Amino acid sequence: MAVSSSSFLSTASLTNSKSNISFASSVSPSLRSVVFRSTTPATSHRRSMTVRSKIREIFMPALSSTMTEGKIVSWIKTEGEKLAKGESVVVVESDKADMDVETFYDGYLAAIVVGEGETAPVGAAIGLLAETEAEIEEAKSKAASKSSSSVAEAVVPSPPPVTSSPAPAIAQPAPVTAVSDGPRKTVATPYAKKLAKQHKVDIESVAGTGPFGRITASDVETAAGIAPSKSSIAPPPPPPPPVTAKATTTNLPPLLPDSSIVPFTAMQSAVSKNMIESLSVPTFRVGYPVNTDALDALYEKVKPKGVTMTALLAKAAGMALAQHPVVNASCKDGKSFSYNSSINIAVAVAINGGLITPVLQDADKLDLYLLSQKWKELVGKARSKQLQPHEYNSGTFTLSNLGMFGVDRFDAILPPGQGAIMAVGASKPTVVADKDGFFSVKNTMLVNVTADHRIVYGADLAAFLQTFAKIIENPDSLTL
Amino acid sequence: MQSALSISFSQTSLPLANRPLCSSNAAPSTTPRNLRFCGLRREAFGFSPSKQLTSCRFQIQSRRIEVSAAASSSAGNGAPSKSFDYDLIIIGAGVGGHGAALHAVEKGLKTAIIEGDVVGGTCVNRGCVPSKALLAVSGRMRELQNEHHMKAFGLQVSAAGYDRQGVADHASNLATKIRNNLTNSMKALGVDILTGFGAVLGPQKVKYGDNIITGKDIIIATGSVPFVPKGIEVDGKTVITSDHALKLESVPDWIAIVGSGYIGLEFSDVYTALGSEVTFIEALDQLMPGFDPEISKLAQRVLINPRKIDYHTGVFASKITPAKDGKPVMIELIDAKTKEPKDTLEVDAALIATGRAPFTNGLGLENINVVTQRGFIPVDERMRVIDGNGKLVPHLYCIGDANGKMMLAHAASAQGISVVEQVTGRDHVLNHHSIPAACFTHPEISMVGLTEPQAKEKAEKEGFKVSIAKTSFKANTKALAENEGEGLAKMIYRPDNGEILGVHIFGLHAADLIHEASNAIALGTRIQDIKLAVHAHPTLSEVVDELFKAAKVDSPASVTAQSVKVAV
Repeated sequence: MAVSSSSFLSTASLTNSKSNISFASSVSPSLRSVVFRSTTPATSHRRSMTVRSKIREIFMPALSSTMTEGKIVSWIKTEGEKLAKGESVVVVESDKADMDVETFYDGYLAAIVVGEGETAPVGAAIGLLAETEAEIEEAKSKAASKSSSSVAEAVVPSPPPVTSSPAPAIAQPAPVTAVSDGPRKTVATPYAKKLAKQHKVDIESVAGTGPFGRITASDVETAAGIAPSKSSIAPPPPPPPPVTAKATTTNLPPLLPDSSIVPFTAMQSAVSKNMIESLSVPTFRVGYPVNTDALDALYEKVKPKGVTMTALLAKAAGMALAQHPVVNASCKDGKSFSYNSSINIAVAVAINGGLITPVLQDADKLDLYLLSQKWKELVGKARSKQLQPHEYNSGTFTLSNLGMFGVDRFDAILPPGQGAIMAVGASKPTVVADKDGFFSVKNTMLVNVTADHRIVYGADLAAFLQTFAKIIENPDSLTL
Repeated sequence: MQSALSISFSQTSLPLANRPLCSSNAAPSTTPRNLRFCGLRREAFGFSPSKQLTSCRFQIQSRRIEVSAAASSSAGNGAPSKSFDYDLIIIGAGVGGHGAALHAVEKGLKTAIIEGDVVGGTCVNRGCVPSKALLAVSGRMRELQNEHHMKAFGLQVSAAGYDRQGVADHASNLATKIRNNLTNSMKALGVDILTGFGAVLGPQKVKYGDNIITGKDIIIATGSVPFVPKGIEVDGKTVITSDHALKLESVPDWIAIVGSGYIGLEFSDVYTALGSEVTFIEALDQLMPGFDPEISKLAQRVLINPRKIDYHTGVFASKITPAKDGKPVMIELIDAKTKEPKDTLEVDAALIATGRAPFTNGLGLENINVVTQRGFIPVDERMRVIDGNGKLVPHLYCIGDANGKMMLAHAASAQGISVVEQVTGRDHVLNHHSIPAACFTHPEISMVGLTEPQAKEKAEKEGFKVSIAKTSFKANTKALAENEGEGLAKMIYRPDNGEILGVHIFGLHAADLIHEASNAIALGTRIQDIKLAVHAHPTLSEVVDELFKAAKVDSPASVTAQSVKVAV
C-alpha cells in the first residue's frame, strides 16, 4: 500500500560525520485528495565509514512514531540498477503500513544489505548506494563484510564456557515437540502474549492464575507492574481451582498437612506488588486526636439527605489539602515535588477478597451532596467490578477508615505514587481535660497520617492535621 | 389452473401494466430481460404496493408484483405441461431454490419446491442472516468500547456491557422473520411447498417422503453443511461449528477458530467484541487466503493484529478433543507440509470454520448415473448436471453450494434465475466474475472479479496489460466524518480498453460499495464510461468513483455514454 513514500538516504562520507536526514512524504497519485509534504529533521545518525568514495547507506527509515524496526517487503530495484532521485527503491513494512522508500540521490543500488523478508532496526543500513558505476564493486565488498560480520554475529552465539564434559555435537531440539506428561508448557492467552511483548515481559517468568493455570492478560499486567485494566466484559471466570503445591525450592517451612495454597487473584497480586513497592519509600507517621462532637451532630442532620461519613471525611480532607498542597503532592522520581492539579481522594474499600480504592475526584470542589452521590455510584461500580481505571488509579491522597469496626487507631501503608494516606479510627467518648483543667467527655477520633518524608516533613503534616481537625471541629464549612 | 390465464399474464399483461406508468424514455420492453430484476428480490412482499412512491421505477416494480400476485392467486402458479405434474421442481428451499422459484413463477412455470428441513436453508437459518445479527451487535460493542473513538466524537459512554441471551435472541428472531418472509413470498405466488427429503428417482421424476411427482425440469439446490475434517470431535458445546456458534449459547474466554476464511473472520469479529480472545489456526501459510494479498495484509493489520487474537499458520488441527473431565479443549497441531507434530493448544472452545461440504447424500444420484466429485455435483457453465460418462443429464440442473462453483447465497440465486431463463427459452450463461462477495467484519471486506495475482496471470497468458488504481478511505469525506478513515479500495483493470477485471474494498460499508463495480462488470460497462457518472457528495460511494477516476484508460468514452451525458 503506497500510502506515502519517504526518502531516507543519508550521506556518510569521511568529511561529514553528521549526516542530514530529511524526510519527505508525498502522496501517490491515486490518493488525490490528501496532499501533504513535510520535512522533518530526524535524529542524526553518526556512522563513520572508512570508505573514501561517495558511497551512501540506505537506512531503515522510521515510518511512524512507534516504529522500532521494519521489515523489507521487497526491493523494487535490483543490485547494480541505476537510480534516479525520487524513485522508489524499496518497500518497507512498518507496524502500521507498507511504504515505498525513495532515494534522494542519483546513483546505483550497489548492494542490498538486508534482503527481502528480513527485518532491521530503524536507522540500520539496509542497502548501499554508489554514486558511480565504478564504485559498485567497492560498495559490494563493503556490504559483504558488513553482512558477513552481522551474519557471523547472528549465527554464533556467545560461546558457552568450555566444560570438561564432552557436549553432544548435535544441537538440542526444542523441547516442545513431545506431548508428554512432563513439565507443563507455558499456556498464555493471545492477549497475554500481546501484552507481554508490548511491555517486554518474559512470558515464561509470569505465573499463570487463569483457568487451567494459564497466563492471562491480567497476570502479565501484574508482572509488568501496571494496574489491571478494566475488568473484562465477559462474566468473571470461575475461581481457579486450588493449585497443588509445586515442588519449588524455597526456604519456607513445609505446609502443614491438608493445608491448601490459593493463588492470588489479579487484584490480590496487584496489592501484593504495590505493598512490596511501598517499601522503597521512606515514610513517617503523625497522629492527631480530633473532637467529633460537632461533626457527629452535622452527620445526624445531613444523613437523611444521603450524606455518608465517608463523604464528610473526604470533603474535610480535601479542604485541608487545598491549604496544604505539599501533602497532596507526590514524589515520582526522587528528585522533585509533583504538585497535583486536583485533589482526588482515594478511599480504601474492602471488596470480596480484595481491596480497591475508588477515587472521589475534586473532593475539595464538589459539594457534600454531589460527593455522597458520587461515592454511592463508585461503590456500586466497585462491587460489580465495573470501575474504569481512572476511577481507581487517579487518587492523590488516600483515606482509610476502620472506625466502623471499633478500631481506635491504626497505621496505614503509603500507596506508591502518593504523598500521604490518612488512617481514621473510631470516634469514641473520651475523657479530656481542657486548658483550664476541667474534665469533660467528648467524642474523640484518632487520625494517623503516613507520609513520604522525601517531600512531606513533620511540620507540614502536623499543620495539615491541625487544619483538618479545625474543619472537623467546626464542620459548618463542609456544607457550604 | 387454466393455462390461458397464466399465459396472458406472462406475455401480455406485464407490458400493458408497464405502459401507463412510465415516461417515454423507459419504453416498455417485451424482452424477458426486463423481467429479471424482480426475481432477485427476496422479500418482495415486505414491500407494500400501496405505499406512495415517487420513483417511476419503483412504481413499476411494485405494480408488477401486485400483478403477478393477482395472477397467481387466481390461476395458481401456472399450469404444467400436459404430461408432468410440474414445469419445475426445485429440491431445496434455500436462497438459491427460493430465487429460482420466484423467477419461475414470474415466467409462468408451475413450480414446486421440496424442503426436508426449514425454508430458508443455511443462509437464512444458520448462515449469513443470523451472523449479520451478531455482527451488528459486535460492531456496536466495538464502537462503544473504543474510548478513543468515542472521545474523538466528543462522546462519553460509560462501560458498555451486553446480555448474551439478548444478543442470541436478536439473531434467532431475525432468522425467524426472514424465514417467514421467504415462506410467505413463495406461498403468495402459489409455489407449492412440499415437505420431505427430495430424491431423484429417474429422469424428470422426483420422490419426497412417500410421494412421487414428475417435473419437466428439475433443479437440485440442496446446499451444504459445515465441513469438519477428520480427527475433530464436535460436541456442540466446546467444539462447535458455525451452526452452533450462531446460537451463541456461550461466550468462551478463549476460543480457537480453525480456518481464517469468511466464516472464521466474521466470528473472530463477533467473539473479540464480546470479550473473548481468539487463536486462529490456518493450514495455509497466510491468514485470509483467497482475498487479494494486499487487502488481506491490510485486513490483518486492522482486524487481527490490534485485537486479542493470535494465530498459527501452516498447520493443521489434526485432533481436537472437547473439554471434559475437568480438562480444557485440546488441539493437536501438525505441520501442514511435513505432518510433524508442532504444538498442542489448550483453549476453552474451538470453532471449526474450515469451509462447507456439499449436502448431496441420499439424493438418488445413482439413479441417473451421476457421480459426485468430493460430494459436489458436476455441472457445466449452464448448471446442467453432467453424468458419470461426461454427458449432460437432460432436464436436470444443480445450483448453489451443491455444485461448488461459488459457494455464496446470492450466487445460488443468480444460478437459479439463469436456469429458469434457459428452461423458458432464453439461453443464459451466468458470468461468475461479476458476482460480488463480502465479509462483514468491522470494517467490511468486499470483492468482485479477479485478485491482482490472478489478473496478472491471466494478462500474461492472454497478452494484455494490467493496471491498478488505488484509493484510501482517508481521502473520503464521509469516512472521515465517521472517524473511519482506515481502508483501501483497489481496482484491477485493462488500460487498453478500460475493462474492469476486479475490485477489492476494505473499509467502512465495503459490502455495500462493491455493487457499482460488480454491476459494471456484469453489464460490461467500461471505466471510461462509468467515470463520467455522478456520485452524491459526500458519500462513501465516492471511494469507488475515485477508483474509476484514478484509472488511466487509453480508449475514449463510448458514444452512448456521451449521449447520456448530454441527455442529463
